[in-house]
Amino acid sequence: MDIVQLLIVGIIVGSIIGLGAIGLTLTYGVMKFANFAHGDLMTLGMFLAFFIVADIGLAGGKIGPLSFGWGMLPAALFAMAGVAAIALLIDRFVFRPLRVRGGGFITMAIASLGIGIGLRAVVQMIWGPSPTRYTSGINKAVTIFGEVKVEPDQFVIVALTLVLAAAVYVLLYRTKLGKAMRATADNPALAEVAGIETESVRRWVWVLGGALIAVAGIMLALQAQLRFDAGFNLLLPLFAATILGGIGNPAGALVGGLIVGVSQEVSTEWIDTGLKPGVPFVILILMLLVRPRGLFGSSV
Amino acid sequence: MSALLSATDLHAGYGDAEIIHGVDLRIGAGEIVTLIGPNGAGKSTLFKAIFGAIRPTQGRVHFRDRDVTTLSAPQMVAAGASFVPQTDNVFPSLSVRENLEMGGYARSDGLDERIDELLGLFPDLAARTGLRASRLSGGQRQALAIGRALMLDPVLLLLDEPTASLSPIMRGEIFERLLRVRDAGVALLIVEQNAKEALRISDRGYVMVGGRVVLEQSGAEMLDNADVGRLFLGQGPDAPQDAD
Repeated sequence: MDIVQLLIVGIIVGSIIGLGAIGLTLTYGVMKFANFAHGDLMTLGMFLAFFIVADIGLAGGKIGPLSFGWGMLPAALFAMAGVAAIALLIDRFVFRPLRVRGGGFITMAIASLGIGIGLRAVVQMIWGPSPTRYTSGINKAVTIFGEVKVEPDQFVIVALTLVLAAAVYVLLYRTKLGKAMRATADNPALAEVAGIETESVRRWVWVLGGALIAVAGIMLALQAQLRFDAGFNLLLPLFAATILGGIGNPAGALVGGLIVGVSQEVSTEWIDTGLKPGVPFVILILMLLVRPRGLFGSSV
Repeated sequence: MSALLSATDLHAGYGDAEIIHGVDLRIGAGEIVTLIGPNGAGKSTLFKAIFGAIRPTQGRVHFRDRDVTTLSAPQMVAAGASFVPQTDNVFPSLSVRENLEMGGYARSDGLDERIDELLGLFPDLAARTGLRASRLSGGQRQALAIGRALMLDPVLLLLDEPTASLSPIMRGEIFERLLRVRDAGVALLIVEQNAKEALRISDRGYVMVGGRVVLEQSGAEMLDNADVGRLFLGQGPDAPQDAD
């Protein structure tokens, strides 16, 4: 495939990874552990939207050349609210009790691994193991820059990623809540003595991270398809992007996602496509060895 | 003087290890009180127990005529107390201004006005409001930590080693600013390594040894006390280090 075409696909895949990694890096920065359930929350998001547009049938026709209709809007809102609510419940009944007992990084990470397995099993039980799509039919690609083909949905994916990333930036750097999130990530003990209700801040981080990963899940389903293990399979690229961008650094996570996505796709010009999933792993190992604080350092 | 804060028969520690054993202490409105003692005397633990960072196992703490023994740190902040820890006392990735904003997190109004007031008190910070706290010097960082703690107009400020690791010039500046804070009506309870300088600005002092208060005197009396001088103010050959 032409390298420019691979680059464009890489940017699209990287946008999805980047958006997912923004949520992961926020929870990592504030909660101080690697949430291995993040990928499965992504899967949950894509299937909650599927519940609205396919199970209930609120597809709403198609919007112009896009593969989905106006029904995707309430579906996305439902998925965002649903994943945020599930993330809050998990925090309330699993992570918070562990936190209160002084559970360390390993304890929390292992607990999240178990939660991820549980979520995956529930999704598979409800929606089955077979891949599916939101709607049938072909999303006809348009040609840009000569011979580069891009599907209309993919424009939406990149644009929405940029809009949401900008919104997260505004939240973190321009609002009281966002600054409290950054303060809690910096030093939770000091945040407490400064009078910040850190538990409330943590809840908002789960809401934000859950909502973002739900949107990333829907994008992934639009780009590829819905699978019960789709989010889990993206976990390694998500962590690679998070570490590449610097843990707790949302802007870094987005750039990290783009780098991982582009590297992954462009690498297939020289290596077998089957080896593509190994690229994020190589990036992850190299970053941990050479620059463990990430390209941009930890900022949240 | 009626007590703004009093601790009565206070016991506290970590897990099964009791560090402070029945401490009585009081501080009046607008007073400066310094707590000195050797390493491991329990001074920092006493601060944490008073401020709600750890739960006392016995005894009571009263603040502004209210029993605050079981209050958490954020609740103590809401009640009008504030705390400057010895280390990690600023948010390093936040700017100077954002650090002050976080100090005023619970303020419903007058945030900008209060920030301006405090930047007037700490002019060194005024020119650096957009700078990340991690890039400040030790003295500037300490000033920011104190400013952050003053954002909610507390009536009592607890300071754990406010001049640790600072140059003599910076120490002098910090103590001079603390006097101005006191003049604004804020009572100060200080644990200080540089005990002599702290006692000079203090109305009273306490000596803690082995988790107990063993002496209470005015600041001037302590400076004149030969035993205190020899043991804690570096005025004798067998003076131990006094920090915890």
